[in-house]
Amino acid sequence: MMAEIFKVAIVGSGPAGSSAAARAAKLGMSHILIERQDHISDTIFKYQKGKFVMATPDFLPLRSDLNFQAGKREEILDVWDNGLEDCKVNVKFDTEVTSIKKEKNFTITYADGKTCEAENVILSIGLQGNINKLPCEGAELPLVQYQLDDPEEYEAETIVIIGAGDAAIENAVALSKQNTVIIVNRRAEFARAKQGNLSLISEAIEKGNVEAYYEASPVKVEKDSITLKTADGEARVPCNRIIARLGASAPRRFVESCGVDFPDKEELKKDPKKRPDPRVLPEVSAQYESNVPGLFIIGALGGYPLIKQAMNQGYEVVEYIGGNKIPPADEPLLVEKFSVLNNQNVDDVLETIRKNIPIFEKLNTLLLREAILESNVHAFKKDDTIFKRNDYSNTFYTIYVGEVGILVDPNDPSQVVTLNQGNFFGEMGLISGRRRAATVKAISDCIVFETPRRTMLKLIQSVESVKDNLDKVSMLRQIQTHLTPGVDASDLQELIETAEIENFSAGDVIFNQGDEGDHMHLIRSGSCTVSVKVGGKDIVLSYVPSGNYIGEMALLSDQPRSATVKAAHNTQTIRLTGKAFKDVLKKNSSIKNSVEKKFKERINQNEKMEGQPEAGNIIQFLIEQGVGEGTDVLLIDETLCIHCDNCEKACAETHGGLSRLNREAGPSYASIHVPTSCRHCEHPHCMADCPPDAIHRAPDGEVFIDDSCIGCGNCERNCPYGVIQLAAPPPERFNLFSWLLFNKGPPPGDLRKSTDYKNKKKKDENQIKQAVKCDMCKDIEGGASCVRACPTGAAARVSPEEFMSITSLTS
Amino acid sequence: MHESLLIYKKFKYLKLTLTTVILCIVLYLYHSPIGSPNGGTWLGYTLGTLAALIMFWLAWFGARKRSYNKSKGNLEEWASAHVYLGLALVVISTLHSGFQFGLNIHTILYFLMMIVIISGIIGVYFYLKFPSLITKNRNGLTTEMMLTQITEIDEDIRELSMSLDDFTVDLMTKAIEETVIGKSFIIKLKGVDPDCHTSLARKHLREKKFSGNNKIREQLLSKLTRKEKILDQLRNDLKMRSLLQIWLYIHVPFTFAALAALIIHIFSVFYYW
Repeated sequence: MMAEIFKVAIVGSGPAGSSAAARAAKLGMSHILIERQDHISDTIFKYQKGKFVMATPDFLPLRSDLNFQAGKREEILDVWDNGLEDCKVNVKFDTEVTSIKKEKNFTITYADGKTCEAENVILSIGLQGNINKLPCEGAELPLVQYQLDDPEEYEAETIVIIGAGDAAIENAVALSKQNTVIIVNRRAEFARAKQGNLSLISEAIEKGNVEAYYEASPVKVEKDSITLKTADGEARVPCNRIIARLGASAPRRFVESCGVDFPDKEELKKDPKKRPDPRVLPEVSAQYESNVPGLFIIGALGGYPLIKQAMNQGYEVVEYIGGNKIPPADEPLLVEKFSVLNNQNVDDVLETIRKNIPIFEKLNTLLLREAILESNVHAFKKDDTIFKRNDYSNTFYTIYVGEVGILVDPNDPSQVVTLNQGNFFGEMGLISGRRRAATVKAISDCIVFETPRRTMLKLIQSVESVKDNLDKVSMLRQIQTHLTPGVDASDLQELIETAEIENFSAGDVIFNQGDEGDHMHLIRSGSCTVSVKVGGKDIVLSYVPSGNYIGEMALLSDQPRSATVKAAHNTQTIRLTGKAFKDVLKKNSSIKNSVEKKFKERINQNEKMEGQPEAGNIIQFLIEQGVGEGTDVLLIDETLCIHCDNCEKACAETHGGLSRLNREAGPSYASIHVPTSCRHCEHPHCMADCPPDAIHRAPDGEVFIDDSCIGCGNCERNCPYGVIQLAAPPPERFNLFSWLLFNKGPPPGDLRKSTDYKNKKKKDENQIKQAVKCDMCKDIEGGASCVRACPTGAAARVSPEEFMSITSLTS
Repeated sequence: MHESLLIYKKFKYLKLTLTTVILCIVLYLYHSPIGSPNGGTWLGYTLGTLAALIMFWLAWFGARKRSYNKSKGNLEEWASAHVYLGLALVVISTLHSGFQFGLNIHTILYFLMMIVIISGIIGVYFYLKFPSLITKNRNGLTTEMMLTQITEIDEDIRELSMSLDDFTVDLMTKAIEETVIGKSFIIKLKGVDPDCHTSLARKHLREKKFSGNNKIREQLLSKLTRKEKILDQLRNDLKMRSLLQIWLYIHVPFTFAALAALIIHIFSVFYYW
C-alpha cells in the first residue's frame, strides 16, 4: 500500500515546530510532527527544573494556536502538551530524521530506515545539534549513555568515559570520587579542554583516581564490557557503565545535506581550512522558504531565537503553505514605524529602501523587514545634531531622504563632508567599538534609519553584499580620518584598491622583527602590542589602540622591521601596500611631515621604553588579562589598598545588596591588581548572543543589562572575565536603624555574606534569575561608587589607552 | 592615576592645614591677653570653637564612609582632609588651652583627643606600611587559593598516612583537623602559633623513631613543610590585615569618649562662667 503523502512534514517540535503543527491541525491540513526525543521542545525540556521562561519581545503579539506566556518551564511545557493534544496534532516521537531528499515530493528518512513523504517540509530543529554516538558496534546498548545528570547517583561502579573534551573530563573527575573511572582519549594528550579542566584531569590521573587510555578508540561494546583499540593492540575492559561525551555535530551539515545553501558557502570553498562560522544562517525568503522550494526554515535555525517569534513563524508558514498569504504579525508595528513618512504603504517603503539605499539593496524581504523593524526612523530638521563626537553609541545610520554633514575637524566646524540620500554613516563606531569620531548634523530636513549594532552585525555576518559595501566605504573613510586627513578620495584610489582587510586573533603576529617592511597596517578595531627581542626575551614597547597605524617605520626607512607587532585581542587591520602609500606621501607634503613626525616620536618612545623593561612588563601583564579590549577598567594599586572592601560594600549598597565586583579575586603584577570586575569591552563578549537584546552601551560607554533579560545565562558564559552573575532579585532593604532595632530586611553590606540570604536563596531556587553586572553606576550621580568609596585612592577606573601610555607608565 | 590620600590633589589639604595652623600660631603670638593665655579670651574662644567644629566634622567621617548612596564626591578626599585636619587639632587645641593643664575634665578631653590623634597617626603609618608587605607576602595568591592549597595538601597527607601506625595517623589527623589560623586575638597579632598542630606533627615525625616506610615519611615531611609554609603566609597575612584594623579599636571608641568629654567641657565652661 502506498503510504500517505503529507501536505507538510514538520521536523523538530520546539516552539516553532509545535506551533506550525498546531496550525496545520487546526486547518485540517495533513501533517506529521517528527521529534527525535520522547517529549516536545527538548531544549526547553532540558532547562533546569523550575526555570522561569520569559516571553520577549513584549511589543510583539503572539499568533499561534498554542498559548504562551512567561512562566515556569513546567507550566509552559504542560500548556503546549495539552495544546497539541487538543488540536489533535499527529506527533511521531523517538524518531530521528537522517535525510530529507526532494524529488517531486520530499522523502524523509528516519534513523530506523523507514521513510515518509511530504509535499512540504518545515525545518525547525533549532541549533542544539545531534549528540555524537559511539562510532562502533553496541552503541545503543543500555550500558552506554551520552549524558550525565548527577554524578552522585553512581557508586562503586566501573565507568568508562569516552572523550577528551571538557564534558568528559568534568564527568570523569566528578565520578571518580565514588567509582572506578577509566577515561579513553583518542589522542596522546588532553589538549582540547579548558585549562582548569586540564589540571584537574592531570592531577586525577597522576594520583591514580582516574585511569587513562591514550591513543585508544572503542571497537565494540558488549553488555558488560568495551573493547578498545590501543597502540598495543586490542584490550577488553569490563565495566558497568559507559559514558560517551563526543560532542554534538552542528545542524549545519544536516541542513546542507538537504540541499540548503549557506551564504558563506563560496568563501568556505575558497579556503577549505576555515571552519564554518556557527552564526551564519541559511538564507530564506520572506515566507521562510529556503533555496529548496517547499523546504521552509523557521525558529533559531532561521535566525529567530526567541520563543514568541518562532511560534509566530510556525503559524505564518503553515498559513502560507495552505495558500493564505497573511501579512506577518509585525505588520502593524511597521505601519506605526513609518507613520513619520506620511503613512506610506509598508511594502512601498521597503521597496524604496531597497532601491535607494545600496547597502540594503540585496537584502531579502524577510531580513529587510527585520532590520527595519529593529531600527528607529528619525525625522531630523535642518541643523539638528544627529550624534556628537565622543558620544559612545554604536548604532548605524542610513539616509532615506535628505542630506547630512560630517564635521570632520573638531577644531574647524566649517570643514563638512556632505552625505546624501542612500549613504550611510556611523559605521566607524560600529566597527571599532569606540567613541564617535566626528559630529554629524542634518544639513537639510532629512529622514534617517538608525539600526542597532546587533542587527547590523547579524547582517554583516549573513549577507555578503552588506559586508562588502560597508568594508569598501568604511575603508576609505578610515584611511581619510586616521592616516591622510584632507586628502581627496581620488588621490587615494590606488591605495584603496591595493588595500586589504586582515583579521588577527589574540596573540597573532601581525609582523615580526626583522621581516621585510613592504606594507603597513591601519588598525580598524582591536589593538596591538609592539615588542622587541632583547637577549632572547620579548620587551613590550607600547600598546597601540585602534585608529592608529603601525609598520610605517620600516616602510619609511627601507630597513627591516625594528619590532614585532602582535594583536592584543581580536583585531582587524587595513593592510596598505608600501608603494601606494609612498606615492600618496610624495604628493602630499603635509601628510608626509605628520607621518615623519610620528615616526620620530615613536623612535624616541621606543628608546625610552627599552630602558624600562618593567613598564613593558606591566603592559604585557595587562594585555594578558584582557585589559586591552576594555574601555574602562578597575585597577587597584596594591601599595595603597588596605583590604577594607569598602569598594565591594559600596557596590553592594548601590546595587540592591549584590556586589558586582570581587576585589580580592584576579591577578596582580608589580602592585597592579586587576580585580574581577567589568571592563566594558569595546566589543562586549556578553552582547554577542543575547536573545532579547537586553545588553546595551550607554552614551557614556557603560555596558549594562536592562530588565528585559530572560536569564538565559549566555552572557555569563560568554564573558571571558567572569564578571556577570545570575542573581535572583534582591530582597527589599530598609535603613540601618530599622534593621538594627526591628530586624527589618537584610543586614547592610554584601548579601551573599549573610546567611539569611543564603537560606532564602535555597528556598527560592525556582524564582526568576536575571544577569547582573557592573553598570559603572551610570544612574548614580558622581560615578562609580567603588572608586568613590575607596578611602586611600587605591581603586581607580582607567582607560587602557591612557594607563598604558608611555607618559603614564614611566612617570 | 592612583594617588595616595596623603598627596591627594597636590597636597591640597596639607596646604590648607598648614595655612590654618600658621595663622593660629601667628594670632597666638600676636595676641597679648590680660594674664596668661587661656581659653577664655577672644582668641581662646575662637580657637576652641574652631577645634570643636573640626572634631565634630572629623567624627562625621564614620558616617560619611558608610553613606554609599547619598553622598557625592569621593571618600579619598574626605580621608585626606580627615588626616591633615586631625593633625591640625594638635596645634589648635594646644593653643586653645594656653598650655594650661591640670586634673580636670578639660585636660581629660585633651588627652582623650591626643589618644585618638596618635592612634590615627599609627593607623596612617600602618596604611602606608602594610599594603605592599601584604602583596609581597601573598606572592600572587589570594586567601582562597592558599586555603585550597592547604586542602589539597591535607588530602595528600591523609592518603599518605593511611598505611601507617595508629599513633602517626592520629598525629596527621590532628594536623589536618586541628590546625587553626587565627586561634586567638594574641596569636592573630603575633602571626605565629606556637602550638600549631602541623608544626608539631612535622617535628614529631622528623625527630621521633618511625616504624613505617621511609619513603612515605619523606613524602609526608615534605607535604607538612609545604603546608607550614603556606600557614606562615596565611598567618602573616592575617596579622597584617588585623593590624590594619586594630588601631580602629582605639581610634573609634576614644573618639566617642572625646566627643562626650568635649560636650561636658563646653557645657561646664558655660555653666560655671
